[in-house]
Amino acid sequence: MKARAFSYFRAATIDQALDAHARAGDDARFIAGGQSLVPALSLRLQAPRLLIDITHISELRGVRREGGYLRIGALTRHCEMLSEPLIAEFAPLLHAAAPFVAHPAIRNRGTFGGSVAQADPASEFPAMTLALDAEIEIVGPSGSRRVKADDFFVDLFETALQPGELITAVFVPLFKADQRFAFDELARRRGDYALVGCGMLATCTGERIDDIRISFFSVGNTPTRVKGTEATLIGSSLGTERIAAAQAALEGDLVPPDSDEVPPAMRLHLARVLLGRMLGRLGAGG
Amino acid sequence: MSGFDGSLLDDADETVRVRFTVNGRKVACEVAPRETLVDCLRNALELTGTHAGCEMGACGACLVQLDGKAVHACLMFAVQADGATIDTIEGLTESGVIADLQAEFHRRNALQCGFCTPGMLVNAHELLSQVTRPSRKDIRDALSGNYCRCTGYEAIVDAIDAVAKARSESGGVT
Repeated sequence: MKARAFSYFRAATIDQALDAHARAGDDARFIAGGQSLVPALSLRLQAPRLLIDITHISELRGVRREGGYLRIGALTRHCEMLSEPLIAEFAPLLHAAAPFVAHPAIRNRGTFGGSVAQADPASEFPAMTLALDAEIEIVGPSGSRRVKADDFFVDLFETALQPGELITAVFVPLFKADQRFAFDELARRRGDYALVGCGMLATCTGERIDDIRISFFSVGNTPTRVKGTEATLIGSSLGTERIAAAQAALEGDLVPPDSDEVPPAMRLHLARVLLGRMLGRLGAGG
Repeated sequence: MSGFDGSLLDDADETVRVRFTVNGRKVACEVAPRETLVDCLRNALELTGTHAGCEMGACGACLVQLDGKAVHACLMFAVQADGATIDTIEGLTESGVIADLQAEFHRRNALQCGFCTPGMLVNAHELLSQVTRPSRKDIRDALSGNYCRCTGYEAIVDAIDAVAKARSESGGVT
């Protein structure tokens, strides 16, 4: 339970961090909150030569409005998702998801950018970037770019991030008056990884849904948008029949993994139950 | 601020000097980068009230306050805490801020072996500093990352609930 020996470098700027990574021959890991990385090092699932601490890089901090987006700095801690007024006002789905992320002491350290980069398919925040149509800002040796959440999650713990790149911020479209959101998950115990979880963001005219994005987590190798299910809901209001149709459509969107503990049929059932509850709430005003 | 010195890569086991303020006192110690904060506190500083349990952030026995917030001392390396202010169960005890919680844990038998107790107290202290009158559900939620294999939790929830009531009835003055 002790990490293999490594060298440690505390970077003051993004350039220093990128330079250190390159000079370690990419046998390096960036560390921010470390709430997933430190256990991985302690269990020797990972053993880099160099750990680059990015938590003192001020460019990665802060939450502010920028154009039609809320720019959430990569180092924003999970607990700040609960305490930061701009998050509550302009990204309320993240505010609603935050209490479900791990335990309070983990939320005091873990960072939003770190969670998105880790891309754990059972984590809340990566899935919420999909529901929010967020864009992930990445910096690396070849410069800076923005990747849509839809294109970011590639496979199990695999993202569009290339070696030596790091997330600088996540851009979330500002929440609008004609939008509604819902978040919920089913877990055996509070704070445990969810058996299945979901976040959704709908744009409405009165009771009619003009657009909706629904994203599940703990259902496969990546956070998963259920586009077929979304399509069944667009253009109508959320009556009982429409919700039932959406629940039925879920089977075409989700292929839960084989698992003795949670068989695919059980997970699909739980996803349907969760979707039904959440759409009911969304119809009642979100 | 200096940039990256490539010679750093040559000897990963070389110790580095870190400085913290621990329980109000400035200390410096030599640590290998891979040494966790909990090991540093227990071995170098002999503050053994912080317990190393699962060493992977699941059990909550190693909670300390880092810059005023409860964190797992097993989920960070001591080098990451360079420059920080750390309060362990020893410091919180000496300052008296958790004296009422400790007395209530004692009175209600909210511990048996006591291994989890320092982490429970650090967590309870943070909860009550944020929420004046948490519900029993709030208390259970807050304790979801603290394992106790002896008590079944009921007495721990009772103790925290009782302290929250007593503090709010005395006007929040502790």
